Amino acid sequence: MASRTASYEGVAVAVPVTVPYERFTIRGAHWFIARALKQLVEGAGISKDEIDGLCVASFTLAPDSAVGLTQHLGLSTRWLDHVPMGGASGIVSLRRAARAVQAGDAEIVACIAGDTNHVDSFRLSTATFSMFAQDAVYPYGAGGPNTSFAFLTAYYMRKYGATSQDFGRLCVAQRANALHFPHALFKKPLTLDEYLNARLVADPLRLFDCVMPCAGAEAFLVMSEDRAKRLGLPHARLTSAIERHNAFRDDPVQDRGGWAMDRDCLYETAGVGPADIDLVEVYDDYPVICVLQLEDLGFCGKGEGPDFIRRHSFEVNGSFPYNTSGGQLSIGQAGAAGGTLGLVEAIRQLTGQTLGAKVEKARHALVSGFGMINFDRGLCTGAAILAAT
Amino acid sequence: MTYQSPAPGHEILASFTTALATGAIRIVDLTQTLGPDFPSIVMPPEMGQSRAFRMEEISRYDERGGAWYWNNLSFGEHTGTHFDAPIHWVSGRDLPNSSTDTIPVADFIAPAVVIDCSKQSSADADFLLTRDFIKTWETVHGTIPPRCWVLMRTDWSKKSDPAAYQNFDETGQHTPGPDPDTVRFLLNERDVLGFGTETIGTDAGQAAHFLPPYPCHYYMHGAGRYGLQCLTKLDLLPPTGSSLIAPPLKILQGSGSPLRVLALVPSNLVGAAP
Amino acid sequence: MSETIKRPKRKNPILRTRSPTLPPDRRSRIALGLVRGAAQGKLELQRCADCGTVQYPPREACVRCLSAELEWTLMSGRGELVSETMLRHSQELFFRERVPWRLGLIRLTEGVSLVAHLDARCGPAPSTVKVEAALDRAGQAVLVARPDAGDAALADDPKLRDMTSDPRFRKVLVTDAKSPVGQAVVRTVLEAGADLVWAGHCEPWKKPPGWPAIAELPKTMLVPLDVTDTRSVNELAAELGFKVDIVINTAEHHRTFGLFGRAGVETAKAEMETNCFGLLRLAQAFGPIMQARGADGDASAVAWVNLLSIYALSNFPQHATYSASMAAALSVAQALRAEMRVAGIRVVNIFPGPIDDEWNQLLLPPKLAPSAVARAIVAALKGSVEDVYPGDIAQDWLARFRDNPKALERELGR
Repeated sequence: MASRTASYEGVAVAVPVTVPYERFTIRGAHWFIARALKQLVEGAGISKDEIDGLCVASFTLAPDSAVGLTQHLGLSTRWLDHVPMGGASGIVSLRRAARAVQAGDAEIVACIAGDTNHVDSFRLSTATFSMFAQDAVYPYGAGGPNTSFAFLTAYYMRKYGATSQDFGRLCVAQRANALHFPHALFKKPLTLDEYLNARLVADPLRLFDCVMPCAGAEAFLVMSEDRAKRLGLPHARLTSAIERHNAFRDDPVQDRGGWAMDRDCLYETAGVGPADIDLVEVYDDYPVICVLQLEDLGFCGKGEGPDFIRRHSFEVNGSFPYNTSGGQLSIGQAGAAGGTLGLVEAIRQLTGQTLGAKVEKARHALVSGFGMINFDRGLCTGAAILAAT
Repeated sequence: MTYQSPAPGHEILASFTTALATGAIRIVDLTQTLGPDFPSIVMPPEMGQSRAFRMEEISRYDERGGAWYWNNLSFGEHTGTHFDAPIHWVSGRDLPNSSTDTIPVADFIAPAVVIDCSKQSSADADFLLTRDFIKTWETVHGTIPPRCWVLMRTDWSKKSDPAAYQNFDETGQHTPGPDPDTVRFLLNERDVLGFGTETIGTDAGQAAHFLPPYPCHYYMHGAGRYGLQCLTKLDLLPPTGSSLIAPPLKILQGSGSPLRVLALVPSNLVGAAP
Repeated sequence: MSETIKRPKRKNPILRTRSPTLPPDRRSRIALGLVRGAAQGKLELQRCADCGTVQYPPREACVRCLSAELEWTLMSGRGELVSETMLRHSQELFFRERVPWRLGLIRLTEGVSLVAHLDARCGPAPSTVKVEAALDRAGQAVLVARPDAGDAALADDPKLRDMTSDPRFRKVLVTDAKSPVGQAVVRTVLEAGADLVWAGHCEPWKKPPGWPAIAELPKTMLVPLDVTDTRSVNELAAELGFKVDIVINTAEHHRTFGLFGRAGVETAKAEMETNCFGLLRLAQAFGPIMQARGADGDASAVAWVNLLSIYALSNFPQHATYSASMAAALSVAQALRAEMRVAGIRVVNIFPGPIDDEWNQLLLPPKLAPSAVARAIVAALKGSVEDVYPGDIAQDWLARFRDNPKALERELGR
């Protein structure tokens, strides 16, 4: 493992965009991605033709990929990517776009993640999610990712002594954060009691351990710092980013993720440590994964997550500001956009453009991504550290 | 008695047609319905088997043929009410005109006598018709005329249960029939046209053990005469006076065939004492 | 909780009969490799011929060394239950109708992880389990984690019962109950707890040894059935087809002639008429009605067993036309399997070697006793298999056929 990668110097992220989420819609993914693109160009004050790089993540764009979108939306780019990595797509898109901008392969890259949600979208997408899921998981109960994460949660609880209360504290705090956020689909507070007594979905997971699928989009622009300044755009700087796929493949059960392999590099390259991070946006498809990210990104040791949770408060004004707009668990998961939600919120916090509650004096934000339960574990991990200018 | 020349053929035929219309001559159908449930002849398992009657619908006013109903049939020649031709038996194999397509058609309409063995058959499934029994019958009904069918009435056709009709036990089949001497008598001394029964064979069920085995088949076909089997309604026929219409299908080199056997019965004779 | 199957209650006639639903049945081609073993009740996984690594889920190259030489190999199934869950909500109708549903994450001793259905009698994680291959109601291979020790019947776990076709409390039609195998099947099925056996028979004037006693058995009804007679088959189906849960087609016509051993086609036609077209008639008459009852409560229509012959795989020239008729019957049975899968009804094919009956008198042992064939049939119904090769000869020929079918052709043709 490298101790550091090449610097991300000179890379800016700007124009955080959210297309409001809808529980169900008859529109297609193209609609939500188009709304995001429109907001990006209007927010940046540029014409659509100045977008010369496009990176897309979506589960429901078929039969199109990013290619179809260029003609659909009238873009002529010299750099194009499609990132099928679920909740890690945001981080990975940022890494790709950053290098393109640094190398001069593109000047302004639009990173957009968006999905639609029809009444039968979730069943259709989980039934054929991957070859291994189709062959070796879905036939067993057709429970979707809930099944796999139930296994991981039960294992983690047994091995490290985590309790439902520990996970519940995270969910309750996220809901408190979401109450300030206008796009959240959940609008009522959540008490620990309600969390603990909610109906079981797949033991030990209960209702509030699971995200609510919906339609929507999240997006941002990547460009050089110079360009951001010339456009007069509030922006944040990318200081480091990591990704790892199918890490620790011989672990019988996943209780650590790829971040553990590359976090030293992440902090080295950024020139900061965990104590310097002012807010953390973790990928929260299920609470157990949030705990793994806290451990594997160095905020506590392996298995110390429960203790860490018990010693901190996670509201925006708490001791450990975390998923400050509410996370997917309280906002909703708009498919692949769930992996960009945290990045967009981090940009808002660092540039003073928050829609909800604000973390005071936010200088550094760590955003983490996770995704793609191919069979029994999430394969894709990534993280990035952004700094305020 | 003065000699009367016979009436011209066309007048006889006209009278005959009238007689049918008025019922002076009745038609009695001696034929079992040809269907899959009727018992078929059983050979020992290691020999070739005669096929039971089977019907397969081609269409029945449906997508296989909207305006019509028809079937394909399969059956052995010796299925249901059927005719045995001389070529059927080894003793008749070299005779001329011995298959169903070559038998002289005049033989297909002939008088018939009915010998009632129903009481004896009901008491003894292996009852054998003997020369003496026939001679006793002849004292009442007269000598059996030449070139006629001799029908052995046993009322066996009234057995609707197929197992009872076949009447097998571990020693084989037990059904009535003629003994060897009777067959020789009927041929040599009465010159009959053929022998007919209500059972599944013209021979008795135990005839494999007679000498010669299956004497009715052996002698009748060896003499170029015929057999009828699985007849029914013989109890509606008078002992003498009826005629049978019994033409088999004209099958190329046929050894026999299922057929319609119709008896022409003068109605003034019906009910005559057996 | 496991419980011995109880007699189901009488059906409420004003309620609509449930339609059959199926578990998800999409599989990649390589994953279908599991079904070859599962069809016979065996757990086979891929093992790399170069480095020995066992693979799961099924794949196209060795996960360790990238070799393409992956061979499906018998596995012990021993492993540790490392995590489990009780699924309360499912996206598919089949499981939606059956939740809560117990699932396990197991680590086999060979070092692969797998997701499996979890038998109610397995202790909580962590514990030792034995993973078996079974066929789910869609006829696809699935893995089931069972208790490591003991003899627990699959059918006694109410959730897993659907993977079996247990004859308890069910009504069974034995198409030819008169033959030696047919008589043995009637007796064995009754011993296995069937509620009613319809004993099919034809040619009532034939009373072979043992037959009169069959009529005296409890819960047994003699019914006229001649599989060579379309009317007979259709009439019986009209009369009781809507109540038949299991069809066991034992009707067969077996003669022992080589190709030149009997002039003419009549014997061959008789064999085809019973073995192949008899099955076709039964399929047309009983198949659709049974499909409608594929989910009709606990005593639903559930299985169709065909007594074929190992000679169906490769012609045995001494019984040439019989072999050909059984090959034809196998093909029809495969078509029937495809049709009945839609309704979750399993078609089980039995391929015995020579049975110890009058027609195989001249064949040297080993020969299969009719009672052994019957036991194999009932075991198949109680288990979760669809292809059964009972007896030493059948196992031997199957192994030779799989190893090199051309070599078997020469061996049989000597």
